[in-house]
This record gives sequence, structure tokens and C-alpha cells, in this order.
Amino acid sequence: MIAEAGHYALVLALALALIQSIVPLIGARLHDAALMNVARSTALAQLLFVGASFIALVTLHVNSDFSVANVYENSHSMKPLIYKITGVWGNHEGSMLLWVSILALFGGLVAAFGNNLPLSLRAHVLAVQAWIASAFYLFILMTSNPFLRIVNPPIEGRDLNPVLQDIGLAVHPPMLYLGYVGFSISFSFAIAALLEGRIDAAWARWVRPWTLVAWIFLTLGIAMGSYWAYYELGWGGWWFWDPVENASLMPWLAGTALLHSALVMEKRNALKVWTILLSILTFSLSLLGTFLVRSGVITSVHAFATDPTRGVFILLILCLFIGGSLSLFAGRATSLKQGGLFAPISREGALVLNNLLLSVACAVVLFGTLYPLAMEALDLKISVGAPFYNLTFAPLFAILLLAVPFGPMMAWKRGDLLGVTQRLLAAGVTGLVAVAIVWGWVSGGSTLAPLAIGLGIFVIAGAITDIVERTGLVRLPFATVLHRARGLPRSAWGTAFAHAGLGVALIGIVCETTWNSEYIATMKQNDVAHVAGYDLKLDGLFSRQGPNFREMIAEFNVSRDGEAISVMTPSKRSFTTRGSSTTEAALLTRGASQLYVSLGDTTAEGSIAVRIYHKPLVLMIWWGPVLMAFGGMLSLSDRRLRVGAPKPARAKQRLQPAE
Amino acid sequence: MTLWFVFALMTVAAIFAVLWPLGRGARAENQGSEVAVYKDQLAEIERDLAAGLIAAPEAEAARVEISRRLLAAAAASEPALEPKSSVKWRRAAAVLALVGLPLVAIGIYMPLGSPLLHDFPLAQRERGSGSGMAQSLENLVVQVEQHLENNPTDGRGWNVLAPVLERLGRFDDAVRAYRNSITYNGESPERRSDLGEAIAAAANGVVTAEAKTEFERARALNADDPKANYFLGLAAEQDGRKDDAANIWRALLAKAPADAPWRPLVQTSLARVGGGGATMPALSDETIAASKDMNAGDRNAMVRGMVERLATRLKQNGDDVEGWLRLVRAYLVMGDRDKAVGASSDARQAVANDAARLKQLNEGLKTLGLDG
Repeated sequence: MIAEAGHYALVLALALALIQSIVPLIGARLHDAALMNVARSTALAQLLFVGASFIALVTLHVNSDFSVANVYENSHSMKPLIYKITGVWGNHEGSMLLWVSILALFGGLVAAFGNNLPLSLRAHVLAVQAWIASAFYLFILMTSNPFLRIVNPPIEGRDLNPVLQDIGLAVHPPMLYLGYVGFSISFSFAIAALLEGRIDAAWARWVRPWTLVAWIFLTLGIAMGSYWAYYELGWGGWWFWDPVENASLMPWLAGTALLHSALVMEKRNALKVWTILLSILTFSLSLLGTFLVRSGVITSVHAFATDPTRGVFILLILCLFIGGSLSLFAGRATSLKQGGLFAPISREGALVLNNLLLSVACAVVLFGTLYPLAMEALDLKISVGAPFYNLTFAPLFAILLLAVPFGPMMAWKRGDLLGVTQRLLAAGVTGLVAVAIVWGWVSGGSTLAPLAIGLGIFVIAGAITDIVERTGLVRLPFATVLHRARGLPRSAWGTAFAHAGLGVALIGIVCETTWNSEYIATMKQNDVAHVAGYDLKLDGLFSRQGPNFREMIAEFNVSRDGEAISVMTPSKRSFTTRGSSTTEAALLTRGASQLYVSLGDTTAEGSIAVRIYHKPLVLMIWWGPVLMAFGGMLSLSDRRLRVGAPKPARAKQRLQPAE
Repeated sequence: MTLWFVFALMTVAAIFAVLWPLGRGARAENQGSEVAVYKDQLAEIERDLAAGLIAAPEAEAARVEISRRLLAAAAASEPALEPKSSVKWRRAAAVLALVGLPLVAIGIYMPLGSPLLHDFPLAQRERGSGSGMAQSLENLVVQVEQHLENNPTDGRGWNVLAPVLERLGRFDDAVRAYRNSITYNGESPERRSDLGEAIAAAANGVVTAEAKTEFERARALNADDPKANYFLGLAAEQDGRKDDAANIWRALLAKAPADAPWRPLVQTSLARVGGGGATMPALSDETIAASKDMNAGDRNAMVRGMVERLATRLKQNGDDVEGWLRLVRAYLVMGDRDKAVGASSDARQAVANDAARLKQLNEGLKTLGLDG
């Protein structure tokens, strides 16, 4: 009954989505409020039914109901409860159900909290949202139905892929999907604007929170995925430029650009057409990511099952939405009124530069992802990896980071590059000093590394300078500073945190890649490994029985200069049902650095292959995105309206007579 | 029945979601507009100015810009705001909800769903109530495996599970189960040789070095363990040492009780390596089939009867070299070496006049291990 009710709820959600795709549009054409309001109630009902369907699937997994094929294939009665729940989206069908659930959640939120929107805009947005939803409901029901049954249920399930039996699965996919799917709202807003044929600063103000929410979750989702790969796959790598990672990075780059261009639009009513295009592209890249991951074009831990019909179906959805929206854009964009003017050297100009660099970086990643696939279709195996991105992506980002501190300090409409440079002098000097110190202090590694660290410090110092300038920390009395700091919009603080996060992540990345040290050897009991000043003594090997696995644990005593620090226990788990095993790396955090131990195979003589890494400042790689997301949240909490007060031409001369 | 009731309720709820706003009519609603946004922006400027975040001239410029937008927005939105209602379209939407929605839902659900199938949560299945599920061998195996996963030291369980796994063709699992059985039940020649057999089965019948070790251990515990001896013979055969194989098997047959069920197997194997004729080649398919239903004693009697008949026939007509060889082989298999030697000399006399036949006979006897 639960299974069938969940199945039927999903079908009803499709039926509602179909009505929601048509009726509100007719209403908007006729200016009929009742017909337009259908969008709202159907969106909420859709959320209710998809939610019920999702809860039904979770219940089936928790109850180990193996009469449902999806549960049988991906669950095991002895799996711990948390993995029974997370296992719901640890497979293709369930993850698609999560995808549409989140889509319905966003639709429901727009319906519930969209009171500040004009009625016809809301109707249009929800109708577009329903088009996307209908396509994906059909996809799920026709090609990846999680509610299909088995007439003679087997007594035991086939268990979840052991690599996924980790707390990371509870966090990473939902966050990433909140990000991916969240951009569907800005897409819907863009299409609605094109359908209505008008767009203005108010539009950007309404889209802002949705884009920001999506961006925050995508940032955290990517960071979480990277950390998960780092500790679970056992190689200590945190980014592989693998197509699936790129698939999430591309929407992030486009989304970041969108966030900044929407700012210009809200504050200065400029860059409108570009912002619309970015909204369409960002969600298109999310869809492309879904296609790449789910179609089986790419084999990876994310491609649960490969089935050509699914690939063709998603490709169809992809062509329909990307092709349709871009044609609509091509047809309508010229009719959109252009807004505010600005000089090349201005805040707007800086944001255009930001957009330019981010778009090019995104295009580079897109090329690097699709080119090998195209070559493979022609039977040429090539792989595009780190060297390609180091040559292309890295310089682009270096320029971008160099420009980051300048942006927020520029005035709107017409800026003063020299003045900003003078104010950033302290930050620049700090960066140079950092370069000098790093150069003198460490030996070895790339010559570019100290420069990159200096750049990171410059970005952080620049973000601090911006806040100092705005509050007048140095030149004004402390009480006034405090008053001004309190009066400062939270979005300004958000900007500072997010930009500083970039610098933090950069420093982490450079330190980890340049100065990590590794030790790979076969160790016997009481052997001692010396890595980066630490001594790791192998105390022994033990086995232990877990709930649905057997694990072999190695115990290492870690000491430094003869002083015991901690015990590390990496392990290897073997799962009988799937006949596979996972490595559970042990991590020891010391400040921002980590010691990383993972196990290889045992030999007949009772010794074991061990990989030990010391990763200096590695945690900063993830602190950076967390800071960025925190900045995003601050900005999101700032419900005030944004006004980009343009700098009047006369005022400029009056204020700076020296020039 | 409850399921259909739930479906009906859900459908009604979905239809209601569409009908509800249609019924509420064109009531004036609080909706946002661009005008409101720009008014708020203007208020924002005043606040920023008061807080000292922007200077007065900048605030003035911003005010001018926003006012311009405000005017444009107000002009554009006037006609759009007037409410209209079109009863015809609302009715159409209502019909769509009342008729279209259930039709689409049922039309999609019926081919995909299985409304007649009940849930089978694990808890219910373990109680075994109303499951109506065949307790197939595989399900039983899974239950035992679950039990052993939780109680890995239950030696008896492994003992029971191992042969079943082997019969199901899960040789690798069977090997593991036999190993566990040895660990928790202690060693015995039978367990060692069973383990060896499973290892060999996992290797597609090849007696690997690993399997051989197990058989040797079994033989160390009990030199007469038939399975160990048989497989060690097989190992020798696979190594190409046919004589060793024949010797091992011959010794095994010599010590074996006459009614051992594995006798024919060893005999055919012995015949295969040529270490003494088996009775089997002498038998037609029909008699072999018939002999399968007999007990060992009867089978021996039948075999002996057939050998006697063959011997009588050859005494009357000694030209049949194949026949002579079959007879010799049969005597050897029955363990009657003297008679075999006797038969081979009879045969030589019978064919002495024919050089070709004599050569054929001598070669045949040589392969049977009787040099002459």
C-alpha cells in the first residue's frame, strides 16, 4: 500500500504539473486572476504529492520492503538506519526522485512566499517551473521508476555500493541538488521575463534570494563532495577534473557570474540581456550535468546504472529546454529595453570583467569536459586532465583573483582606478611581504607557489581593506566606526567574507599541491614511518565485525619528537553482499594541516601496504568555500533593497581636486 | 479495497487544488508590483543617507535614477492591473481538473503500477505471516547466512551451509564456509578433503596446488580417506603422471569396501588413465542405465556375469582383439590380476598366427600395464 500510494502520488504530481503548465499561461494572457492563481495552489499540491511520494520511498527503504525493485537492488536489511535513508538517493531512480522533490520544493516556496511578485510574473514563473517538472516526472515514470515491484520478493537485498555507505551521502547529494535545481528558479524567472517581454531592476530584486540560495548550496555541495572524495577514495586527492566534478563546477562558475551580473541589474538596471542569458545558461549547465552524470556517457561512481533509453530521454529534455529557451532568447532579447549607462572603469565595469573571466573559465571547463567525449565518439581516446586546466583555467582565475579586491571598492557608474589602487596599497604590500616570507622560508616546490600564496593573501587583505574603508576604522573615532559597522549592509559583510573565502581556498590549494609529502611502503608490525616530522608506528592489525561488513583495522601510534600525539586507525572494510571493499582513511587534523593514512593490500607475511600523506593547510581548501557560503548567507539575510548610488560626474571633481 | 479508497482521496485532493482558486473569483489580492520595489528603494536611499553610508550628491543622483524607473513602471503597469474574469475559460479549467486529471492519473498509473501487490516489509516477512512466499532453498540459505553473519563462530552452521553452497554452484562461498567450519569445528579428514573439493570446483575442476595441500592434509589425518585419495589421483592425472594416478586409485579400490558408492567413479577414472580395464566400457548404454538402479552387490553380480559371457565367447572365437583387451581390463578392474594374466596369454595364443592382430594386442596389453 505504501509503495502503490507513493507511486500514485507521483503520477498525480505529473497530472498537476501538466495543468500548472497550461492554465496559468492562459490566465496571464486573459488577465484572469483566478486562472493565474491556479499556478499557486497546484504548485503547493505538487509539493505535497511529490513529498508524499518521496517519504513513501524512504519508508520502503527503512522497512526493507524488497518487493520494491529499487529497495531490493540498493538496500540490505542489516544496513544501519542512516544508510537505509541515505540509500534512497544513493541510486539512479531515488536520486531523480530527490531531484524532482527539490524542484517541487522550490516551486512550492515561490508559490508560498511569492506574495511580493506581480501576479502574472508569478504565474509565468510557476508555469515554466511546471514544464521542467513535467518533463522530469515523465522521465522518472517512463525510464527510471523507483516504485516498480517484484512479484516474488527476495528475502535479502543486494546492498548499497559500499563507497556510498558514508555520512557524506547524507549531505553531498541533497546540497548539490538544492544548488542545481535552485537555479531552475532563475531560469524560470528569465523565461517568464522573456514571455512577458519586459524586465527591469525589480526583476533582479525578486530573483536575488533564489539565485543566492542555489549558489550557497551548490558551493557547499561541491566542497562537501570534494572532501568526501578526499577521505573516502583513499588517494588523498580532492579534485580530479573528472567530468562529473566539472559538471558541478560549470553551473557554479556560471551561477557566480549570474550572481554578480544580477547585482548590476538590481542596482543600476544595466546588463539586463546578459543576466537573462546567464540565467538560462546556468540552468542549462545544470541540466547538462544531469545528462552527463545520469546517461552513462561517463562511467564513474555517480553513474549508477547505464541505460541508453535514459540517456536519450535526458538528451531530449536537454535539447528541448536549452534549445527552446535560447531560441526564445534570440527572438525576444532585442525587444528588451536597455538600461543604465556606465563608464568602463566603474563597479559595473569590474563586474563585467568578473563575468567575462568567469564565463571564459566556464567555457574552458566545458571544452575540457566535452572534447574527450567527442573524441571518444570518433574512437580516439584522449584525456584532458590537470595539465590542461593548469594552463588555461589557472591563469584565468589568477587574473580574476587579482581583480577581486578592486571590484567592491570601485564607485558605481564611474570609478577611479588610481584611487582604489592607492587604498589597496596596504593589501598589496601585505601580499608582497607574504611572497618574500614564503620564498625565504620554504625550499623546493614550484616558483609560482609563493606568488600564488601572495595573491591569496592579497585577496584576503583586500576584503579586509574594503570593510576598513567602509567603516572608516583608521581615520574615524572608534564609536563612529562601531556605529558605521552596525549600519553597514549585511551584504557588504557578505561580499567581504565570500571574497576572503576565495583567498583562503587558494592558499590551501597551493600549499597542499606544492608541499604535500607522501610515504608509500609495506609495513610490518612495529615498523615506523617518518613523514613530515611525524613518526607513525604500526602497532598491529585487528579485525572487527561491523553491521554489514567485516573490517581490518591498522593501529598507528603517531608521535612527534618522541612525544605521543594520537592514535590513527585506518581500515579496510569488505562487504560480503556486493563482494567489494572500501578503504577508510584515518585523518589527523593539526591546525589546518592533516595527516592522512590509508591502507592497501596485505601480503602473505602479515605486512600491509600503507599510504601516508602529510597535507599542509589542506583544510583551508574547504574552509574557503564554507566562508563563501557564509558570506552568501549573510547577504541572503539582508532583506534590504539594493541601491547602486551612482557617482555624479560633478561630485567626482569636487571630491578629488588633486586629480 | 483500502488502496482504492486512498487513491480516490488523493485524486479528490488534487482536483480540489485546481478548483479552489477558480472558485474564489477575481478577489483583489495583495500582489507585488515593480512600483512597490522602487518606492522601497527610494526609502532605502534616505536610510543610507541618514546612516552616512552614501554622500548627499550620490544619494541625489540615485534618487533621480530610481524616480525615472518608478514613473516608467507606473505607466506600464496601469492597464495590466485591471482584473478581468472569463467564465468560459474557468469552466474549461474546471472540466480539465475534474475529467482530465483523473484520466491522466489512471491512464499512467494502471500500466505501471501493481495495485494488487501488498507491501512486504522485512518485519512482516520475518514473522512469516501471510507472506505466501515459497521458502525456496535460496531464501533458506540467505537466512542461514544472515545468522552466521551475526554469529560467525557457529561451527555447526558453517558445516550445514558449506555443502549447500557447493551444490548451488557458489564455490568461492563454499570454500569460505568450509574454512570457517574447520576453524570453529576443528580439523577432520572429511572437512579437509571437502574443502579441497570445493577449491577444485572453484577452479573449474582443476586440482590446484592449494586444493592438493588440503587433500594431503586430509590423508595425513587418515591415510584411507577415499575422497582425498581420489582427488590426489586426479591431481596426478592432471599433472600427466598417469601411472601414479593409476597406482593411487588401484590402492584405493583394493582397500575399498565392495559396496562403496564411489567405486564406479574410481573405476572409470582408472580406466581413463588406462591403469586396468573398467567394466564400464564393456557395457552398453542400456545396461549402464539399468545398473544405475541396482545396488552395488547386484551391480557386481551383473558385471561378473557379463565378463563370464565375454570369456566364453572369446574361447569359441579368438580373433576379436578388442574383445580380449576388454576382458583383460575387466579382470584388472575386478582386482583379479591372475585371471587377467591368464586371459592375456590365452589371447596371445589365439591370435599368434596373425602378426597385425598380435601387435595390436601387445600394444593394448602394454597400455593396460601388463607387459608381455
